[in-house]
Amino acid sequence: MSKITIPFGPQHVALKEPENFMLVLEGEQITGSTINLGYNHRGMEKAAEGRTYIQDLYLIERVCGICSHSHTTCYITNVEELAKCETPKRALAIRTLVAELERVHSHLLWIGVAGYEMGFETLFMYTWRDREQVLDCLELLSGNRVHYSINTIGGVRRDVSAEQKAEVMKRINYLVERTNYYIKLATEEPTVLARTQNVGKLPKNVAIERNAVGPTARASGIISDVRKDDPYLIYGELDFKAISHDTCDVFGRLVVRALELVESYKIIKQVLNNLPEGPIAVKVPMRIAPGEAVNHYEAPRGEDIHYLKSNGTDKPERLKVRAPTLANLQSVSYMLEGGWMADVPLVIAAIDPCMSCTDRAVVWDPKKGKKQTYGWEELRKLAIEQYRRRGVDFTRL
Amino acid sequence: MKKPARVFSEVIKHLFKKPATCGYPFEKAHIFPNFRGRIAFESDKCIGCQMCVRVCPAKAIEIPLSAEQPAAPAPVEGQPAVPAKKKFDCIMKLDHCVYCAQCVETCPKKALIMTQDFELSSVNRKDLRRHYK
Repeated sequence: MSKITIPFGPQHVALKEPENFMLVLEGEQITGSTINLGYNHRGMEKAAEGRTYIQDLYLIERVCGICSHSHTTCYITNVEELAKCETPKRALAIRTLVAELERVHSHLLWIGVAGYEMGFETLFMYTWRDREQVLDCLELLSGNRVHYSINTIGGVRRDVSAEQKAEVMKRINYLVERTNYYIKLATEEPTVLARTQNVGKLPKNVAIERNAVGPTARASGIISDVRKDDPYLIYGELDFKAISHDTCDVFGRLVVRALELVESYKIIKQVLNNLPEGPIAVKVPMRIAPGEAVNHYEAPRGEDIHYLKSNGTDKPERLKVRAPTLANLQSVSYMLEGGWMADVPLVIAAIDPCMSCTDRAVVWDPKKGKKQTYGWEELRKLAIEQYRRRGVDFTRL
Repeated sequence: MKKPARVFSEVIKHLFKKPATCGYPFEKAHIFPNFRGRIAFESDKCIGCQMCVRVCPAKAIEIPLSAEQPAAPAPVEGQPAVPAKKKFDCIMKLDHCVYCAQCVETCPKKALIMTQDFELSSVNRKDLRRHYK
């Protein structure tokens, strides 16, 4: 049979993310795929260099709309590490609380999207209705539904009062009940099973080879969770399980996320019941001591890595963000191969892609109306020239 | 373990329930008391230190001097003349603002206040540039 290549995205009815997949088809079966990124580059890392640490906090929050707390917490851990600041215990606990609420909101969103992609729209409607409860919790605690802005350098901006605690508890109890129903639904409903089992296979050895992270890796039987492997915030003191599943398909990813919801509820209850007393923030000077820091964080989609270089001023010299989706894209191209055309949206949705987080490494042509492609050498020259203007010489490197 | 039509009983139950959505423009949305909405400004508290302008991540605030300045208080005999207190305006660009309320936290005199006002969209671009006097 002859092969045809069809483009899937960046604008496609079944793909909500701006990325392009070139799919090589033999009939209905996919024999190869290439992923092209760069449709949503916003120049955030460069923008961060021109802003102060406190302004960057709000910029970094906007790297991703869903894991906004993940990115700021990872960034702020770096800043606090460089500033040698002792963050109060209560602030860390509140950060953990918001982080878990965010995970619940992200996973409920994903279950809805997965339901939608497999044509089970009732599940989509139900989970998104219940997600409103988490968003209300977040609005109650932080003042906004999506961009919580709860972090500040040296602590958090808002305290948790007794009434807020009771209100969050009430909503979480409702969600626990609903989630148990979704778990039953996801594991027993034949429509879900037929649509997800043996779709988008990613064996354990391939997942290791291609560096899958987060729920994608955990659904392939790899127990990798930064919260367990290298506890940050107050995760070291909390009692929860790292969930994994060994079916290595979309069904496994569904189960992992659904069971992680239950663990998150457990963590939220533990944190709320044992909130340490004390101040919520300490003062940190505007200028951060020179140095370098790298930190990782378990975002709802997987491991998020931030690198920060400081030069002693009030602005960072370099900030690098490695969003979890970038790590999972390698696995997507494997998962697509050998599968069917109709499974593509579901397989792509199964890693919970967030291209806005990922696209950060493409050169935008500055000359208007004139397209110019930069080669590697030219790019290097431009970078050296730009740094020379700032007083740093990289010519000999 | 396959159980077909598990969702069916749920569907029947929902026939007798009210819709989960609210009829928003006719029915006010519920906003929590510390929701971060539009930033309001109190001119008599402002000392013109420009801290908010410097800290704003979106460059949404401008603090210019007011066009009309209050007169200097009448000099008291035997004491040096007191200079007039300067009056400042605030230009808030609502289309730039990211509603993080960092300016409210930074303001040393609490001249900027966070309100719960969130219905700010407008078809007229001029409405988005609020001039508080």
